Amino acid sequence: MLDQHVGPRRYLVPGEGFGRPLPGNYILVGMRTWIDHWPVVRQLTGDDPLGRGTSARHDGGSVDKRARTLDADTVTKSICPFCAVGCGQQIFSRDGKVTHVEGDPDSPISRGKLCPKGSSTLSLLTAPTRQTQVRYRRPHGTEWEDLDLDTAVDMIVDRVLATRESTWQDVDDQGRHLRRTMGIASLGGATLDNEENYLMKKLYTAMGAVQIENQARI
Amino acid sequence: MAEAHPVGFQWVMEAKKRGATVIHVDPRFTRTSAVADLHVPIRAGTDIAFLGGLIHHVLETGTYFEDYVRAYTNAPMILREDFRDTEDLDGLFSGFDPATATYDVTSWEYADDAVEPAVGPRDDRPVAEHERGQIAGSGGAPMSKEPRRDDTLQHPRCVFQVLRRHFSRYTPEMVHEVCGIDPETFAQVADALTRNSGRERTSAFAYAVGWTHHTVGVQYIRAASILQMLLGNIGRPGGGILALRGHASIQGSTDIPTLFDMLPGYIPMPHAHREQDLDTFIAANTGNKGFWGNMDTYVVSLLKSWFGDAATPENDFCFDLLPRLTGDHSSFRTVMAQARGEVPGYFVIGENPATGTANARQQRQGLATLEWLIVRDLNMIETATFWKDGPEIETGEMRTEDIGTEVFFLPAAAHSEKDGTFTNTQRLLQWHHKAVEPPGDCRSDLWFYYEIGKRIKARLAGSTDPKDRALQALTWDYPVDDTGEPSADAVLREINGTGPDDATLGGYTELKADGSTRCGCWIYSGVYADETNQSQRRKPGRDQDLAAHEWGWAWPANRRVLYNRASADPDGKPWSERKKLVWWDAVGKTWTGGDVPDFPATTAPDYRPPEGARAAEAIGGDEPFVMQADGRAWLHAPAGLLDGPMPAHYEPQESPVPNALHPRQRANPARQEFDRPDNRYHPAPGMPGADVFPFVFTTFRVTEHHTAGGMSRWTPHLNELMPEMFLEVSPELAALRGLENGQWCHVVTARSAIEGKALVTERAKPLRMGGTTIHQIGVPWHWGSNGLSTGDAANELLSVALDPNVHIMETKAATCDIRPGRRPHGPDLVTFLADYRRRAGLET
Repeated sequence: MLDQHVGPRRYLVPGEGFGRPLPGNYILVGMRTWIDHWPVVRQLTGDDPLGRGTSARHDGGSVDKRARTLDADTVTKSICPFCAVGCGQQIFSRDGKVTHVEGDPDSPISRGKLCPKGSSTLSLLTAPTRQTQVRYRRPHGTEWEDLDLDTAVDMIVDRVLATRESTWQDVDDQGRHLRRTMGIASLGGATLDNEENYLMKKLYTAMGAVQIENQARI
Repeated sequence: MAEAHPVGFQWVMEAKKRGATVIHVDPRFTRTSAVADLHVPIRAGTDIAFLGGLIHHVLETGTYFEDYVRAYTNAPMILREDFRDTEDLDGLFSGFDPATATYDVTSWEYADDAVEPAVGPRDDRPVAEHERGQIAGSGGAPMSKEPRRDDTLQHPRCVFQVLRRHFSRYTPEMVHEVCGIDPETFAQVADALTRNSGRERTSAFAYAVGWTHHTVGVQYIRAASILQMLLGNIGRPGGGILALRGHASIQGSTDIPTLFDMLPGYIPMPHAHREQDLDTFIAANTGNKGFWGNMDTYVVSLLKSWFGDAATPENDFCFDLLPRLTGDHSSFRTVMAQARGEVPGYFVIGENPATGTANARQQRQGLATLEWLIVRDLNMIETATFWKDGPEIETGEMRTEDIGTEVFFLPAAAHSEKDGTFTNTQRLLQWHHKAVEPPGDCRSDLWFYYEIGKRIKARLAGSTDPKDRALQALTWDYPVDDTGEPSADAVLREINGTGPDDATLGGYTELKADGSTRCGCWIYSGVYADETNQSQRRKPGRDQDLAAHEWGWAWPANRRVLYNRASADPDGKPWSERKKLVWWDAVGKTWTGGDVPDFPATTAPDYRPPEGARAAEAIGGDEPFVMQADGRAWLHAPAGLLDGPMPAHYEPQESPVPNALHPRQRANPARQEFDRPDNRYHPAPGMPGADVFPFVFTTFRVTEHHTAGGMSRWTPHLNELMPEMFLEVSPELAALRGLENGQWCHVVTARSAIEGKALVTERAKPLRMGGTTIHQIGVPWHWGSNGLSTGDAANELLSVALDPNVHIMETKAATCDIRPGRRPHGPDLVTFLADYRRRAGLET
C-alpha cells in the first residue's frame, strides 16, 4: 500500500555492498520493503527478539549470497605467514586457485581468530601486483628484461661458481685454515620454512660462504 | 603486543578477565595501553634503570622467593677477589681495555677458577674476546668443577651480596630521574609484581624488539631474567620472559640458523685455528655438566647428516670441510664490505634491507656496489628496484647507468603454495600444507636451493680441486614430486635424524658420537619420531588441556615450559598446588605432571652425581637448569657475555641527557661503533652541536602493517586501513615546533630526513624529569617507495651502533629534530643534510 504513495524509489540499504567493491550497491525497493529491511523492525516484530538470527538478514542481501567457502573444492590446513604467533589458517581453494583464507577454529593458539594482517592473506596471495615472472636487470641497464627461469638459475650458478673461485680463501696470512669465500653473502630466512633454512645453511656452508644472515640479526 | 601480536594478545585478555593485572611499559600509548590496567610511559632506552629499580625493590624489601633463589640460582656462588663492579669503577666492570673497547672477562668468574670461558685452557689458541660470547652458544660456558658457595647468602663476595650492591643506587628516585617514571607509578608496578609472585603466584614478562634493538639489548633481557629469577618466575606456569618474535619462522631461522656464527642447534661455527681438529673443537665447546655435555653426539650426527658416507671417524667426519670464522661476519660488517667492493655476490631471500635495515642508505650503497644480486620475494620490493627508483636516484647521488649491479628477481612461492614448517615464537613447529601450485615462475625457496645445489654439484662432479670436496661430499638427494618440488617432509626427516637402521630417532638423547646416527638439528630431533611428522598433528585445542601437547611439536622433546623442573621444590614437590606443573612421583620413580619434564626422567631429587660424572649424569637431582654449566640460573653471568656480568644502565648511542647513574660512562663502553661519513652519530649531550638534535624518537609498528612492509604494502585492505606514513607527536611538541595535526612535517638526523603527516595526540606525553622535559616522537617503520601506499622509511634516520654480544643495532632510541612542512626533495636534500651536519659539528 505504502508503495503506491511513494512509488518505487532507490535506497541504499545499509550493509549492502558496504566496503566491498561490488556492482549493484543500490537496489530498488519500496518504502515498506525498505522499512522491513531495518533490522530493528524485524527484531521487534519477528520471532528473533535477540537479533541474532533472521532479523539480521534481508532479502536481496546476505541470504542469496554464497560463502566462498561453500564453493571450495579443497580446504587446506595452514599457518599464518606474518608474525610468529603462529595462528592457524584454513585455505579454501577452487580449481587450483585460492579463493578464501580464514582462521582455523581448531588451533589452540588462535582459536579461529586472525588479525588484520592474517585476514588479508587472500590478497597477499592473489593481488595483481604480486610478481609471478622472473625479471632481469643487466649491469648498467635502465629497464627490467624478461628471462627464462631455467636460464636464470643457470646464470646464477655460473656467477656463484665464478665468484667463489675468485674470492676463495684457503688459509689466512697466519696460515690458519679458512676454507671459505667472503665474496658471497646471503640475507633472509625468517619468512621461510625451517626446511628451506636448513638447505640454505647446508649448501652455503659446503660452498664455503659464511656471511649468512637473516632478520633475527636486525 | 596488541598492535604487533594481536591474536597472541587474546591470552593476555583472558588472563585479565580472570583477575590478572596487565601493565604496559612503553614510551608510546598504544592499543595495548588502552586495555591495560596501567600504562607506564618511559623514556626510550632506559629500561635497565627501570628493571634495575624493580630488582633493587625486590632485594631491599625482601620480597624475593628466598627458597627458590637459594636453591636454583647462583646467588650463593662466591666470586673472585679481583672482581670489581660498576659501583667501584665509575661505570666499568673489571677487565676493561679502553684501547679495544672490550673486556677481559676472567675476573667475572667464580672464585677458584670455577668457570672457564668457552675456549679456556684446553684450547691454547685463544680467539678474540669479542668472539667468545658467540662461542658459548645458548648454554653458557663449560665449568671445570663445583663452585664454592655460601648458602646463607651472607658472604660479601657471594653473588647475592654483589647483586645487592650493584643495584643499590637504583632507587625509585633514580628511576624517576632516568626513566621519567614518577615514584608513585613505580610503586604501583613494584607492588603489583611482587604481590603476584612467589610460591602461590607467578608473573610473566613479554617483550619484543623494543628490548633487543639497543646497544645494550642483551643486558635488557638479562635484567628481566634476574628479576624473574629473584621472584621465582622461571620454569613455572604463568611465569617466564616471553620473546614475541616478528616473523612466521624467525625462531626457526635462529634454531636452524641462517646466521653466520652458528650451526644448527646453537652449535658454534668453528673459528680459524691452526690445525684444529674435531676433538679440540668439541673439547672447547663441551660442558662437563648438563646437556651441552653431549656436544660430540650433536656435532658428529650433524656432520654425518651433511656429508653422509664420506664422513668417517678416520677423517674427523669431514669436520675439516667446514668453513672457518675469523671474527664478526654479521650483516652490517658485510654491507660495509660490500660498499668497499669486497663482496661481489648477494642473495636476498624474503628480506628487504633497502628499507628494512637501519641506515638504509648504507644498505643501498652496498647493493649498488655488487656484481650480482638475487632477490627472491612475492612483491617487487625496494631492494630489487634501488637501481631504478631508490632515494639516491632522486637526489642525484646515484645514476642508474652507473650502477653495475646485475639483478635477478625471482618470484617466490607463498606459504599456501608449498609444504613446510614454521617455528613460532613459543618454539612450536607447525606444518603448513600446500594448497595450490605456485603461479608462473614462482617457486619455493626449497626448490631454488635444491636446484642450484644440484647444478653446482653436477658442474663440480669431476673436479679435483680440494676446495670442491665439501660440495662433492654433500648429501643432496631428496625426492621430488612431478612438478620438480623437493619433499619438505624428507628434509624435516633428515633434520630429525635417523639411526643405523635408517629409522627416525625419537629424540636427541639417542644421538651417538660414533657416526652411527645422523641428525640435521639436534634440538629438533623428535619432530619425526615414530616415522611420523609430528608437526602435522592438529588435535583441536578444545579437545585438549591448555598446553595442547598434541597440536604441532615444540622443541625440545615437545616440552612447552623450559626448565620446568623448577616448578617443583628441591625435594621434587610442587612449590604450591596452585602452580604445580612437573613433580617427582616417588612411587613410580619418575618425573611427571602436565608437561614433558625438562629433566632426566628418572633422576631422583636426592641424586648427587658421583665424582667424575659428566653430561646428564652430572646433573644433581635438585639442579633444574640443565643447560647451564652449574645447573643454576645465573643472576651474575660468570662467562658468556661481553659487556658485563650484570646489567648496568647506559644511555643509548644517542640520547639527550647524560648518564645519571654513571656520569663517566655515558653509553655501553663495549658497544660496537662505526663512526664514518655514511654513519655519523650525533654529539653527546652537553657537547657542541648536541642541541641540533634535541628530541628522542623511537620506531614502532601498527597492527595493519608488517615490518618494513614487504608483505603488507601490496594488499589493498591493509593499505586502506593504514594508508600513509605519519609521525606521532604530543601537543606540547607540536606547539614548540609549529606542527599541525594532519599536516606534513619532517624528522631530521645526521643520516637523513623523512617526512610524514603529523599525528598530534595527547597519547604522546612529554616526560618531565627534574628540570628537564623530554619530547619523544613515534616513527612507524612500515613504509618505503614501492607498493600501494608509499612513504619515507624510518630506517633512513637511524645509525648503525650495535650490541657487542649479538651485533644487533639500536633502533628504539635515538635523537632527532622535527620541523613543519615537507622535507627537501631531490639534490636539495643533500645540501639540507650537509647543513644540519655542519651545524652539529659533524662536517666541515
